[in-house]
Amino acid sequence: MTEALLDPLPGLILLPLAWGIAAFLLGPGRGAAPAIVTLSLQFLFCLQLTHQVLADGPATHPVGGWGAPLGIDLMADGLATAMLLLTQAVALPLAVYARAYFRPGAPEARHFWPLFGLLLAGLNGLFLSADLFNVYVTLELVGLAAVGLVAMGGGAGQIAAALRYLFATLLGSGAYLLGVALIYGSYGSVSITTLEPLVAAHAPTLVGLAGGLMLLGLMLKTALFPFHFWLPPAHGGAAAPVSALLSALVVKASFYLILRLWLGPLAPLSALHPLLPWLPALLGTAAIFWGSWKAIRALRLKMMIAYSTVAQLGYLFLIFPLLGALGGLQAGIMQAFAHGLAKAAMFAAAGVLIKATGQDTIAGLAGAAQKLPLTLFAFGLAGVTLMGLPPSAGFLAKWQLIEAALGQDCWLIALVALAGGLLAAVYVFRVLRQAFLLTAPESSLQPVPRSLEWAAFALASASVLLGLRGVELMQLLHVGWAG
Amino acid sequence: MSTNEALLLAVLASSFLPGLVIFILPEQQVALRTTLNLLGAFSKLGLVIVLLAGVYQDQTYTFRHVVLPGLELALKADALGLLFITLSAILWLLTTLYAIGYLEGAPHRSRFFGFFSLCVTATMGIAMAGNLFTFFIFYELLTLSTFPLVVHRGTDKAMQGGTVYLRYTLFGGALLLAGIVWLHHLLGHTEFAHAGIVASLGAEHTGSLKLIFLLLIAGIGVKAALVPLHGWLPQAMVAPAPVSALLHAVAVVKAGAFGIARVVYEVYGVEFAQSLNLLLPLALVAAITILWGSLRALFQDDLKKRLAFSTVSQVAYIALGLALFGPVATVGGLVHQGIMKITLFFCAGNYAETLGIHKVSEMNGAGRRMPLTTLAFSIAALGMMGAPFTAGAISKAWLMDGAEAAGSPWAVWVLWTSSLLNAAYFLPILWRAWFKEAKTWPHEHIPARGWRETGWLLLLPPLLTAVATLAAGIFADSSISPLAWAQLITEREYLTRQP
Repeated sequence: MTEALLDPLPGLILLPLAWGIAAFLLGPGRGAAPAIVTLSLQFLFCLQLTHQVLADGPATHPVGGWGAPLGIDLMADGLATAMLLLTQAVALPLAVYARAYFRPGAPEARHFWPLFGLLLAGLNGLFLSADLFNVYVTLELVGLAAVGLVAMGGGAGQIAAALRYLFATLLGSGAYLLGVALIYGSYGSVSITTLEPLVAAHAPTLVGLAGGLMLLGLMLKTALFPFHFWLPPAHGGAAAPVSALLSALVVKASFYLILRLWLGPLAPLSALHPLLPWLPALLGTAAIFWGSWKAIRALRLKMMIAYSTVAQLGYLFLIFPLLGALGGLQAGIMQAFAHGLAKAAMFAAAGVLIKATGQDTIAGLAGAAQKLPLTLFAFGLAGVTLMGLPPSAGFLAKWQLIEAALGQDCWLIALVALAGGLLAAVYVFRVLRQAFLLTAPESSLQPVPRSLEWAAFALASASVLLGLRGVELMQLLHVGWAG
Repeated sequence: MSTNEALLLAVLASSFLPGLVIFILPEQQVALRTTLNLLGAFSKLGLVIVLLAGVYQDQTYTFRHVVLPGLELALKADALGLLFITLSAILWLLTTLYAIGYLEGAPHRSRFFGFFSLCVTATMGIAMAGNLFTFFIFYELLTLSTFPLVVHRGTDKAMQGGTVYLRYTLFGGALLLAGIVWLHHLLGHTEFAHAGIVASLGAEHTGSLKLIFLLLIAGIGVKAALVPLHGWLPQAMVAPAPVSALLHAVAVVKAGAFGIARVVYEVYGVEFAQSLNLLLPLALVAAITILWGSLRALFQDDLKKRLAFSTVSQVAYIALGLALFGPVATVGGLVHQGIMKITLFFCAGNYAETLGIHKVSEMNGAGRRMPLTTLAFSIAALGMMGAPFTAGAISKAWLMDGAEAAGSPWAVWVLWTSSLLNAAYFLPILWRAWFKEAKTWPHEHIPARGWRETGWLLLLPPLLTAVATLAAGIFADSSISPLAWAQLITEREYLTRQP
């Protein structure tokens, strides 16, 4: 057991589970301190794993000493390691943030820490899973923890949003499970590596159906347009730290799976027709325009940010026609990092603004910049990343996307990326404009803990600083790249 | 890291770090903020002098940092960039002094000076950029850091002006980015090099290269305010006077002109651009901009708007020069115009702050109440018209010579017409200020105390730049004049490469 805790692969699953359980035992609203300490350790594990993967290639760990095909393998290639890194890098500042955000003993925070631990264990497990069924288990774990986090506040709107979310997430994982069952029926295996050559050799129509079901279910969970209906009420209605976790990480998990399937076992199917990769790209384009439009029109701050997530997720799907070269994948993962860090920062900043002004409308932000300059600065930096302006990870993602698109003669994708950046500018500057207005109606801003402001600022700075050094992250993606 | 690399970073840091500290300073810390501002400005000037000496002795300064595989952030200090850097460093110092006086007691000064410092950092970055990728980073940083300055007052009009400014610049930025990534895709790099880098591409890329040139020039042309992309400039006049001064003389507009210079000389190369027939259209656009700006200036009663349209017109001189006659005329123009324009904006700010004068029609008798300010204004205005013994005379003479030498008689006509128009919109101002009887001032904020017609921090910067305007004209032949440096640039970068 101690050995397993010290190996990064099982450690990354067991540690959050451990502090989640500890938080549950400690009682309602408690458990922040062990969570933050252990999360720091998880972050160090991730760095160690990154180092190891860069040096020696993909890492594997046979659980309990029994490897596949009998036992369960945990596997971390470059893509998985990158996602693990993003997860811990976002979760750690958010834990610091949540500790200050939820007053001890507040009823809405009763279940936060145990659910947070469960969520992280699920996410890390999902990235490390090497077979389709384990993926399903972790997917459900993530989904249920996320629904619990949304419902935690207990307000009527939150319960309604959580139910809708529950419906979507169960439908999504149900479709996925059905697909897995069909695959298992056809090949007698659920191991991703075993399946790859099998599907390539022979793929009956049934497998095509299975693949379609899996991808559709996952797209529903990723809230790709037009399956985004559940996302804005859930992300816009939850408590700020929860919104940040959901937008930054949870939707990325199902995206990661789509990517993994698309590049792995389902690759032969996606190559059946040259127009097939354009379907996700088309939906992504629609997501960018629709999400941005709704964000521009939104009256409530968190609704605006939630719709911005719908739009930003669209970029992730623009890469599918470009996945023939590594550049496309690199652009996608850079965008996942940029959006993850920036959106967490933006929700965190919004949480500070809502706490300070006591309400959640964009119009009510007038004059906030004078009272909370650091928060507005964090919001602005996160906005810079979302708009894809330099220097930021969002800019690098946009650059890579455009370059990959030009490299493969898909200049339409380049146009969409450029237009999306301009649309993002409209909704980001709408908030900044309002906050910079001089006429603060009455100076009735509540004081907020400084650690809230600094956590938001740290996340926003990370999203900008990554824009100055993306070499290592890109090298990481070379590891395990088959193409 | 070698000293030469560190020096380039220090030039950026000397305004970036004070800016960051100023952001978090409480509003009341006036003394500390002023100290930081001046410390930054003076140390930057010192660093720039060291750079100047080094470049004069043919030292090379480069800094490279890999951002992504195959994508590098590159800084370099060459003669062309240094001219812009020196201009910015000196004018930043003066504008900082002016802004300290101008904003005395005004709210949100920490925010103002924070973004002000970022804005100068971005300008320095643009001047030192070693490739288009780096250029773009600082170019967008400039947009982001100037927007809060434009909307600083927070009034509806300021917000409106700021929105228009953003709309133009962000759209321009998107075009520029498209052009740069495209070029990067074709070449694998976007390094600036003498005589250009794109000529090596085969003939099959000619169509793409023309389109890329269009994208690059349109993207940069927004900041350089080329007609029809100039709409933001008069709107941005709602900004406080020091911002307008900086926007027009150094930061935004000149960054645009400088960018065009880099693209024409060091990305495409004059000969290659000529062979693609790209320069004549650029020259025509510039000529139209010159005439249109002057014409519009003629009908503006608002003093700052008249100056703004004058900027539209004058910056296009640089573009015209770039397209037609080579670097000396244009590069010299960059500096000369910067000095004269900033003087005019300082003076306009003084009139507004001291007497509440915002319109040309309110200027009657201003020269008797504020003789020193009006003297500085007159020198700069005469310089703009190209009067003898001013910096303007030198630039204009070089432009005219260049136009004749380039065999473009139509350009000579454009220049003459524009000179006449300049006189037509500047002379009435001078006439009113000096020779008309004063009635009452719209709103006298600062009473006269003896010879001190206004606050000394407001008075000193325009007087210094007015003296510089005269000095650059009278001592044009000396070895430390901007013109001499422009000739150095020509010798180093544009003549030696020719067989």
